[in-house]
Amino acid sequence: MGRIGGTGMTDLIFYALSALAIWSGWRVFRVDSMIRATFALMVSFISVGGIAVLMSADYIGVATVFMMAVEMMVMGLFMVMFMMNPAGLNPMQMVHQYKFSIGAGIMGFVGLTTAVLLTNFPDNPLPENRDTLRDLGIELLGGSMLIFETAGVTLLATMVGAVALSSRRGRFGDSDVGAAPPGLHPGGEPAGRKVEKGGGHGGHGGHGGHQMMAEKTKPNSNDDPHEGHGNMPEMEA
Amino acid sequence: MTLTAILIVAAALFGIGLFGALSQKSFVMLMMGLEMMLNGTLLAAVGFWAFTLEGAPKGQLLAVLVMAVMAVELAIGFALVVAVYRKRQADVIEGIGTMKQ
Repeated sequence: MGRIGGTGMTDLIFYALSALAIWSGWRVFRVDSMIRATFALMVSFISVGGIAVLMSADYIGVATVFMMAVEMMVMGLFMVMFMMNPAGLNPMQMVHQYKFSIGAGIMGFVGLTTAVLLTNFPDNPLPENRDTLRDLGIELLGGSMLIFETAGVTLLATMVGAVALSSRRGRFGDSDVGAAPPGLHPGGEPAGRKVEKGGGHGGHGGHGGHQMMAEKTKPNSNDDPHEGHGNMPEMEA
Repeated sequence: MTLTAILIVAAALFGIGLFGALSQKSFVMLMMGLEMMLNGTLLAAVGFWAFTLEGAPKGQLLAVLVMAVMAVELAIGFALVVAVYRKRQADVIEGIGTMKQ
């Protein structure tokens, strides 16, 4: 197809799409409304799909665009259900361990980039006149059919699992029967920590820095409408 | 458009996703961070296929698998969010502190 390594136009589109993918990816965590975050993520995915099409991975690119368009619509629906901040009228800062996260993100980027720059990759680019789409179709329904079918069966199992997890009632009673530990004596309190008190931090000394980080950083959500419900032991601590 | 440039873009997307997954309080925003990390992974997989395999179609199967992982993560993640919310009225991570061991 000859779209690789070629003209300056391809490079230009690639850099534009890359900038768009990274910028909208960054906007996902900076915008005030979760719906806008969803659409920003969709733009990022569509840009990556475009880059895949530039690299002659037509099937992957187009499938990414279609899949992500649908997936982000579903995600937007759930965002409305769980939105802290309808319509994004107030600044939304629902973050914790903020500095640690920034550090981890930058470290991830720098580490991966260093690894990329220091590695000698083999250089076997796509031949000019290879029909990648036909190749992929024959591979998917030929030699690698098992992988393809495994992905399909995994998706089927996911559907069953999602229905089982989100259903209120199972065949034999409430779906969360058995989720609580049994009592010390019949009908009594279960052993271990009380759910409603939230326990405190004595029981989990094994986790290292990230918990300490969460305690040090103050929860700085200034528009948290959910303070009343739910038990948030971290905030009281 | 070189393999190095593509991998650096993928690393940037992965880093942003890591930041989001670690910093966000809301479950759904945390899942968006995970999706962003998978986004970078997908880009890197396609880049490796296009520049190092001479177009062998088997290389694209990794990208197909990444897309399946994305769908699984979204479906199971939302089912878990619904289940946790129904049980504990919690929609932020601090709300399920009692699940810690």
